Amino acid sequence: MSTQDLYQQVIIEHHKKPRNFRKIEPATHQAEGFNPLCGDHLWVYLNISASGLIDDISFLGDGCAISKASASMMTQSLKGKTVTEARAIFVDFHKMVTGQLNPDDDTGGSERILARLKVFSGIWKFPARVKCAALGWHTMTGALANETTISTE
Amino acid sequence: MKIFSEGLLDMAAIRNDFPILSRKVRDGKGLIYLDNAATTLKPRAVLDAVYQHYANGASNIHRGVHFLSEEATRQYENARETVRRFINARDTSEVIFTSGTTSAINLVAKSWGEKNLKAGDEVLITHMEHHANIVPWQMLREVTGCILKVAPINDRGELIMEELEALITPRTKLISVVYTSNSLGTINPVRDIIDFAKKHGAKVLLDAAQTVAHEKVDVQKLDCDFLVFSGHKLFATSGVGVLYGKREILEAMPPLMGGGDMIKSVTFEKTTYAELPARLEAGTPAIGGAIGLGAAIEYIEKIGFAAISVQENDLLTYATKLISDLPSVRIIGTAAKKAAILSFVVEDIHPHDMGTLLDAEGVAVRGGHHCTQPLMSRFKIPATTRASFSFYNTRGDADALVLAVRKAIEVFS
Ligand SMILES: Cc1ncc(COP(=O)(O)O)c(C=O)c1O
Repeated sequence: MSTQDLYQQVIIEHHKKPRNFRKIEPATHQAEGFNPLCGDHLWVYLNISASGLIDDISFLGDGCAISKASASMMTQSLKGKTVTEARAIFVDFHKMVTGQLNPDDDTGGSERILARLKVFSGIWKFPARVKCAALGWHTMTGALANETTISTE
Repeated sequence: MKIFSEGLLDMAAIRNDFPILSRKVRDGKGLIYLDNAATTLKPRAVLDAVYQHYANGASNIHRGVHFLSEEATRQYENARETVRRFINARDTSEVIFTSGTTSAINLVAKSWGEKNLKAGDEVLITHMEHHANIVPWQMLREVTGCILKVAPINDRGELIMEELEALITPRTKLISVVYTSNSLGTINPVRDIIDFAKKHGAKVLLDAAQTVAHEKVDVQKLDCDFLVFSGHKLFATSGVGVLYGKREILEAMPPLMGGGDMIKSVTFEKTTYAELPARLEAGTPAIGGAIGLGAAIEYIEKIGFAAISVQENDLLTYATKLISDLPSVRIIGTAAKKAAILSFVVEDIHPHDMGTLLDAEGVAVRGGHHCTQPLMSRFKIPATTRASFSFYNTRGDADALVLAVRKAIEVFS
């Protein structure tokens, strides 16, 4: 993956027009995420039903294109999923961005990686940026675990 | 080393002194190194001196009576003398080797600070300090109950001197300021600050981490009480730095660390400490690092700050003009007196994205808060992209930077 591939149009587009970029009030779960290295800072909000379904998920905040696009696509991917599914997708996403899972292989749980998230598959070649792609996800799992402040350091 | 008339450098020869400049980086691109404020590159003279120490010397200092130990001791102490001459300290006892700027400031805060400051005494810093000149004073505040005051800056990134002076009170014990800002490039009017301090009986510490590689610093002329810097920003290796202090102040400072090398005699009942500078240098120091620092200073003294300034000022003026001409770019740090550090933000492009996109073109810059988060807050930005130049950079490097920034703007358009 070259740098040009990293900054695909879809990432720029999500950065400019992030989806679900709003606050859910009141939210059943929420957390604030920091990346002290670059000052990325975002909030993730979730509404989870009694049966464990993610009825709504959103985020707000400021950061680089990678962190913002990643959080934006995360909200799209997780809406309507169960909490258990969300955690499993996070595990796969995390493996993918750290280079331990190739979404084009048939092994592993790669079919759970929704197509749109594959744009982040080569980011492990930019170690300094993996944390940017993972920030929204870490914040989401933190919110699920009722932690209120998540730092990627 | 050839130096052309009119103070111009022989750039081909200079660049040849830095082996790393011929290295290829990402996708086989030539290295355009514009991250000199983070750390400088190392000339062959330094690499050779460090190599020779470990290949042929490698002995501990101040201990053995054998040939190699005596040689290492001599070289280590020669390096101290080179530093003394470089900053014009009165005596080598005023030059303490530390592991860097951070450890030097912490040494002053913990040793001098804890001894001399009481609850209600004041330490004055500025809004543009590196975290290394903020956190140690907050830690001192925890211990002593002293007060930490912050002098404001204007929108150009210059100290507001009237306000700084107004913050000085009879309880101000120390003014600790960055000489040259690593984020803005601002060169502070340290002479005036020292004059203010004198009037009020306060001591002054200068964080010269970003200064010593770019202009002559004379501690006697300045009459500062402390001055600190890091070897790795002065073309030497990491792990070595310097605390300069006036002798009478250092002499009254209790050692922070006890151990070998800092004692005259030890019994279980009582230990007498060694004289300066050893008293403040417990344990085996970075011997090879200090020797390399001596070599680095000799190297840049041969080139001379006159020629270095001409080159760096030209690069700053040239790059500033090119960058300002780009659309939606804002330069952070537009002080009248600036070092060759160019911090900027581009609308809607986070400095981290900028850093990655510049890296794709072989251009190494820093994107981030540069360990100056309060300063970033002052400008209401999370981070900047920072290009920092040294004398081995060329106008071609600035052209490459601007071309890469243009490309990044296109990717985001
Ligand atoms: C102005 C300033 N002060 C202090 C430091 C800390 O230096 P070091 O990390 O070498 O201790 C730096 C380096 O980034 C700096 O630029």
